[in-house]
Amino acid sequence: MLEFRKEFFADERDDNLNEIGQPTQRQDILGHVTGRTRFYDDHAFDGLLHMKVLRSPHHHARIRNLDVSAAQRATGVRRVITAADIPVNLNTLLSLIDFGKDDEPVLAETVVHYKGEPVAAVIADTEAAALAALDAIRVDYEQLPSVLDVEEALAPGAPVVNETYPGNAFEYHEKYNHQKLRFGDVEQGFAQADHVLEERYQMSPIEHAPTETNGSIAAPETNDRFVVHTATQALFFSLGTAAKLLNLASNRLHFIGGTVGGGFGGKVDTLTEPLSILGAMLTGAPVRFALSREEEMQAGPPRGAERWYIKDGVMNDGRIIARQVRGYFDAGAYTRLSSYAVIKCTAHIPGPYTIPNVSSDVYCVFTNRTPATAMRGFGVTGVDFALECQMDKLSRTIGMDPIEFRILNAYRDGDMKAHRRAAKNCALVECCQVAAQKANWPIRDEFAKMTSLEGGGGDRAAIPQTVTDGPGAGTPSPQQAPVYQPPAAPIRVPPQPAAQPAQPDPAPTAPPPSAPPSPPPAQAAPRPGVHRFSSVVGTRRR
Amino acid sequence: MAKHRGRGVASINYPIGMNLGGDPSQALVHSNPDGKFTVALSSIDLGQGMKSVTRQIAAETLGVPVADVYVDTADSDTGPHCMGSFASRGTHRVGNAVIAAANEARGVMLEAAAEELEVNAEDLETDGKGNIHVKGAPQRSMTTADVAIAAQFKQGKTISGRGIFLIPLSDVDPETGEMTPVSCYAHACLIAEVEVDDETGEVAVVEMNSAYELGRALNPKLVEQQLVGGAWMGMSHALYETTEPYYPDRSHGPTDFNEYLMPGPGDIAPHNIAVLERPAPDGPYGGKGPGEMCANPVLPAVANAVFDAVGIRIDELPISPERVLRALKTRGH
Repeated sequence: MLEFRKEFFADERDDNLNEIGQPTQRQDILGHVTGRTRFYDDHAFDGLLHMKVLRSPHHHARIRNLDVSAAQRATGVRRVITAADIPVNLNTLLSLIDFGKDDEPVLAETVVHYKGEPVAAVIADTEAAALAALDAIRVDYEQLPSVLDVEEALAPGAPVVNETYPGNAFEYHEKYNHQKLRFGDVEQGFAQADHVLEERYQMSPIEHAPTETNGSIAAPETNDRFVVHTATQALFFSLGTAAKLLNLASNRLHFIGGTVGGGFGGKVDTLTEPLSILGAMLTGAPVRFALSREEEMQAGPPRGAERWYIKDGVMNDGRIIARQVRGYFDAGAYTRLSSYAVIKCTAHIPGPYTIPNVSSDVYCVFTNRTPATAMRGFGVTGVDFALECQMDKLSRTIGMDPIEFRILNAYRDGDMKAHRRAAKNCALVECCQVAAQKANWPIRDEFAKMTSLEGGGGDRAAIPQTVTDGPGAGTPSPQQAPVYQPPAAPIRVPPQPAAQPAQPDPAPTAPPPSAPPSPPPAQAAPRPGVHRFSSVVGTRRR
Repeated sequence: MAKHRGRGVASINYPIGMNLGGDPSQALVHSNPDGKFTVALSSIDLGQGMKSVTRQIAAETLGVPVADVYVDTADSDTGPHCMGSFASRGTHRVGNAVIAAANEARGVMLEAAAEELEVNAEDLETDGKGNIHVKGAPQRSMTTADVAIAAQFKQGKTISGRGIFLIPLSDVDPETGEMTPVSCYAHACLIAEVEVDDETGEVAVVEMNSAYELGRALNPKLVEQQLVGGAWMGMSHALYETTEPYYPDRSHGPTDFNEYLMPGPGDIAPHNIAVLERPAPDGPYGGKGPGEMCANPVLPAVANAVFDAVGIRIDELPISPERVLRALKTRGH
């Protein structure tokens, strides 16, 4: 049952519009309910060929030899594709927005980095013939040591997962293996707190489970173009990625999509289009590449695992005065989009609460598993699980009602958030009140009368004096207190290899004198053709 | 051996659009000679209702009935650029691009009508039913169809418009994390009631009560489908789903829906939802985007309810019967 509570924020809305706010039937509903809507796989082509890929059986292995000759001769096989056939066999998805280094091949060249990584592709007259030919491919693997745990991957001596990032972590700002958030002084907060609680949380990988698996059909069009029917969630993103990998002008590709059988984030990675288009180029025939359900679940990217450590300082009166977060996004073997999730997550910390001292270090870690990607709530779902379980534990620690505890700490209009922007358009207080009402969960009158519109700003709008990490603290040991360093003029740290073994920081020196937060460091002048620091997110190619 | 009830709460917010901005979307709007409009996009309808919500936005802005608008998406030869359907950006980013395009087309339409009616375009208004009339003088009126015919065959005007919406890309400070992530947030609070079977370790969600603040609900039915479906996904994430049940060990990974479990129809809990609407200042008609965030509060609310029921903290997802039983055993049940 759904009800609209129009009395809230009524003066901020004009409710007398013609079409907005109407429960208009979906434009595409008739096609959907009669089964006539055409998805990518409903486009029939004469002479359609089918593609299947051979996948690595190992977490990490060197390919000593790849022999596709028997598969090439197998019944019904039109073509076998290997790494050498891919015009530009290295990419990272976010290169389209100039973020990060190319680190992932379409087909593995000399090393496989996860179980399920594509090694070769077979195009045949039927799916059965393509599958049968996969069995005829001979690969001589030399197994290599692998690492599957995020903290083990960052430990000294861990196997290198992804040669582009030898420290097993994405590089931020060319000097850190994590993204920092610093607001106030959490150590001072913990010292003043009535209770300090530190807990660990873990979310396992999750499958998007769309009804329609990832797939595409590519066909030669007239005038040397290729039409591509695709289930992508991002038409031009996939078009651009395919054009880059195949070294084609983008206008030689004609992508058609727009109607997708569920995505939830799992159809952004352009898993099939580059190979189906290459197949159409090499055979001159339409080629269909669709993932099986097993491939979708184990070789297709999941919502990645996340591990969180949260340490809070809380007062007996219910105020949270310090929150320190350390998080690890398990990217799997390649970056895909996990590097972006770290930044988005950093902006989300400490959750929708106003806390005067906040600090976080969030890592994008490479392990020898299926690369992770975006999923509904990307960058936020996992840390919200951790934060809200933590909120429940804190409320019980001090014996306060968990809804009142949330209302007390909820952010209000005008409050300064930890990423240093003022909160506006807030509504957490009201959501807590209404949910409590609906569940017949009693809250005290004073909490029922609070509002997001009042109580914020003022002292809560200030950016506190902030402790930042000193030089050489690029990889702080998790159990260490931050290095105290009087904020001063920015000090440029020479680039270091990312993810050096965690080493103890220098012993803390005296607490910092009062000083304003450091201004952002000046950007280095771009030099053509080299990786340079990007103030946006990590390394930017020029 | 018994079943134990408990309640848990979680409250969350969620950012709308790509973090740090820099994610443009474009829209093109044009009229055919009968005053029927086509909105050309390259955005993707994943089932969330992209075509429908942009259709309503276009109709509202143009001032014509929704039946006079059709959304065509996504063909890279005809649809202008869009980053894609992710990051809760569809309604907010594409909706704003559609408003811009529809406003430009509306401007031409009113100019064409002004020429026919021999008035200033500023003196005209649309009635949302397919008519354009002089403000305060509804009898001086013509249909949008007649305006389109006049524009096309008599005046030589294209009733069309282009739109783009872009929040410029912003920076992140490496030392403090200072940044401008997004321009608006949706909010929610959800209370889950569960029943924990201490013999089997199974957790059943008995009821959910929630309040979601989503900016303006542009189409209440589309909002409802998102919230109901999203809460189901949250419940599924909390209790059932993973591709790696013994993470970080890679073994025992499910390969089909016999092994990858999700709640079936009999497991769905009654869910009482309240929708609050605090319009986003820069959202299309105040809209934000309910699609992603609606799943998030369910996971911790269920975990907290399990603690309330049986006094164990399961800090690892999913809260499988195996984990519940092991935790109960550790506590000496």
